[in-house]
Amino acid sequence: MSDVASSARGDLKLSHLTKSYGDFTAVNDLSLTIPKGSFFALLGPSGCGKTTTLRMIAGLEEPTQGTISLGATDITDTKPYQRPINTVFQNYALFPHLTIFENIAFGLRRRGIKDVEDAVIKALDLVELAHLAQRKPTQLSGGQQQRIALARAIVNRPALLLLDEPLGALDLKLRRQMQIELKWIQKEVGITFVHVTHDQEEAMTMADTIAVMNEGQIEQMGSPADLYDNPETAFVANFLGQSNLIKGTVTGNDGNNQVVDVFGQKISLQKNRSHAVDNSIYAGIRPEKFRISRLETATSGNVLTGGKVEDVSYIGVSTQYQVLMPWGQELMVFEQNDDGVAPFSVGEDVNISWEPIFTFGLRGDEDAEAGTEVNPEEDLDEE
Amino acid sequence: MRKISTPYLLLIPGMGFLFTFFLIPIFNLAQTSTQTAAGDTGLYEQTLRFQNYIDAFVENKEQFGRSFLYASIATVLALLIAYPLAYAIAFKGGKYKNVMLVLVVAPFFTSFLLRTVAWKQILGEEGFVVPTLRTLNIIAESTTLTSSAFAVVAGMTYNFLPFMTLPLYASIDRIDPRTLEASGDLYANGFTTFRKVTLPLSMPGVVAGTLLTFIPAAGDYVNAAILGSPTTKMIGNVIESRYFKIVDYPTAAALSFTLMAAILILVTVYVRKAGTEELV
Repeated sequence: MSDVASSARGDLKLSHLTKSYGDFTAVNDLSLTIPKGSFFALLGPSGCGKTTTLRMIAGLEEPTQGTISLGATDITDTKPYQRPINTVFQNYALFPHLTIFENIAFGLRRRGIKDVEDAVIKALDLVELAHLAQRKPTQLSGGQQQRIALARAIVNRPALLLLDEPLGALDLKLRRQMQIELKWIQKEVGITFVHVTHDQEEAMTMADTIAVMNEGQIEQMGSPADLYDNPETAFVANFLGQSNLIKGTVTGNDGNNQVVDVFGQKISLQKNRSHAVDNSIYAGIRPEKFRISRLETATSGNVLTGGKVEDVSYIGVSTQYQVLMPWGQELMVFEQNDDGVAPFSVGEDVNISWEPIFTFGLRGDEDAEAGTEVNPEEDLDEE
Repeated sequence: MRKISTPYLLLIPGMGFLFTFFLIPIFNLAQTSTQTAAGDTGLYEQTLRFQNYIDAFVENKEQFGRSFLYASIATVLALLIAYPLAYAIAFKGGKYKNVMLVLVVAPFFTSFLLRTVAWKQILGEEGFVVPTLRTLNIIAESTTLTSSAFAVVAGMTYNFLPFMTLPLYASIDRIDPRTLEASGDLYANGFTTFRKVTLPLSMPGVVAGTLLTFIPAAGDYVNAAILGSPTTKMIGNVIESRYFKIVDYPTAAALSFTLMAAILILVTVYVRKAGTEELV
């Protein structure tokens, strides 16, 4: 192809990307670089601007401000068909009047590629649906259509593959299977994948790097483990998994640790995990990091005393407890059922302890509820 | 007695209507078409004279040809006008979609005849079209637009436009706009997307619309009668005058059957070619 844009290869770079609809700003001054060959996830609740960002990368929406470049080429003002970028649409958007074979061949034919048949068959083999080549899309199940949409995009060997909630319409079991398959296919073809999803588990399963988006901006970006173990904001702490956020005051330092006073009890956390800007802090601990123990049992690490079991839910691999603390907060505790200790019962007095390295610190002026009120399973059609 | 299922019971009124008002008349018409005049009585008797068909056709070849030519031109023009219109309503109509659709069918609130007569005014000497075209030197000072083939085709195009627009709208509106985005995403520019995605997906509407326009247009006589001249006579005008003025029933019946057969053959070939059975 003669288009300059179509030869662009390399890292995707978004600089100060903004998209406004009247007074509403869907994407607000967003800058990020997605390295070539990575599996990148844009994660966020409905309406956070992730789909708008994806559509701007694809060329389906025009940015109000900012630039998009691929390698050294600025592609901001190019048309979708001039970009070496393909999309797997949310509801697949297969062409109902064409056979599966012709659906996959569509992009190749438009670019005047010679050996269409070979490439299409290879793509069909990759998604293991070669036997359906002559069917029409309506004769396929949702999962099969999903794979065909993937094959239709991948067959073009784009510099970048965009996936817009591609697994949203599938049932849970099929979704898990496709997550693993997608990850495998990405490794196999080596194309940069940018995956948009509201499902944190999906993002964590597949992506090398996740950018958590909220209200048109990136809250935090990093590897799944980074984001989970060291969230920088209450939104990330709550949106990615669950967190107990306990209000406290930084009272001093102890080597590499900060000492925090929590309603009269002292705990510590690593300085490099503390994102507090002054003395006011939220100490964050994931529910599965807590240990729950009877008063007479010896404890180590950070300990909070005076808890009372409020609620017990046995769910097989683990037991989930709600523990009421003296200052009126309910803490969530997930205990693995692997220690032979009899489950605690409602009303029992308990201590809670954990290793200090599992603590993260958030700014004390944050809204501790941020990111909890959104139900990620709801409202697939965003914006 | 065996119980008759409801669907069949529901069919009875419709079947009865068709039988009384379609099958019986058409049978009568078929009978009439092979009759000959019984002396000077003014009555006709059955003589199974199939030569009636050949005579009728040979005598009116020109009008047959004209009918299909005018109907074809009007159909193509209506398609060219209605497609962008239907596309705009379906994709850009937004909340005004329904208002726009009402406007498309609004002409039906006045009589077909009245609207056709109105065209006579529009294209007449006192209308605005002729003076404008003359001022712009597009037509000569002596040229008139009424009583011409142009006027007949224009009238037919106008009168059948809603029949083209509505089925087109119905099928374009069903197209998922994301398939058009997908086409752009897969390296097709606007024109290619139209050719490879939009048009094929709207084919059911194109076929339905052209049939709904072409069939009545081919048999139409009102437009030719009001807007035309003796040189623009269509087969419908011939049948009309044979029936009501010359009272030559056999020829009129034979012409009617020939027209019906010709349309049937054309439509069958067209639908086969368009391959609509392949479409969703």
